[in-house]
Amino acid sequence: MTRSLKKGPFIDEKLLNKITAMNRSGDRRVIKTWARRSTISPEFIGHTIAIHNGNKFIPIYINENMVGHKLGEFALSRTYRGHTSRVGKEKGKR
Amino acid sequence: MARIAGVDIPNDKRLVISLTYIYGIGPTSAVQICEKTGVDPSRRVKDLNEEESIKIRNIIENDYKVEGALRGEVSYNIKRLMDIGCYRGQRHKRGLPVRGQRTSTNARTRKGPRARPGAGKKK
Repeated sequence: MTRSLKKGPFIDEKLLNKITAMNRSGDRRVIKTWARRSTISPEFIGHTIAIHNGNKFIPIYINENMVGHKLGEFALSRTYRGHTSRVGKEKGKR
Repeated sequence: MARIAGVDIPNDKRLVISLTYIYGIGPTSAVQICEKTGVDPSRRVKDLNEEESIKIRNIIENDYKVEGALRGEVSYNIKRLMDIGCYRGQRHKRGLPVRGQRTSTNARTRKGPRARPGAGKKK
């Protein structure tokens, strides 16, 4: 279900404060965060944020297309190794 | 047979039904179009006179996004998801369900026909 518009987007406050501080001083450092649930706000554009995926931090460069998505959408938390290719299996059978 | 919105040729069905043959116009917007133009929705398309069909054509052209433009928008949105590398984009790339459905079984619409192990081309 969609979040109520009345509340506005959820943005992790600590993260937003850190980023606004960095915007003011103009430095560009990688910020580590666990706040996967935080919406990406326009202030984040141009920063690289290391998002925790439960195991390690995935550095993601934020561009303007990502605004409105959640941070967690960009750091996948599951490993997908793929399936055995069909060709390989066929060769094994013959 | 009338031509509305480019290539679409709805036939001798009721006007509301014919309009839904256009990509981007469903039952709801078909009824809206009839109301706006003031044409009786249950008239057949072949009975429409020139003036009425021009009215309908104009309304669709100005107020609705249909056919090519709409298809373009949809594929652009999907491309955007894939380019930013978010979860939904990844699912589109892999051809798996995007909205959290199970994939252990089912999901055949996205995954296509079953790949059985042994079932290859015979020679």
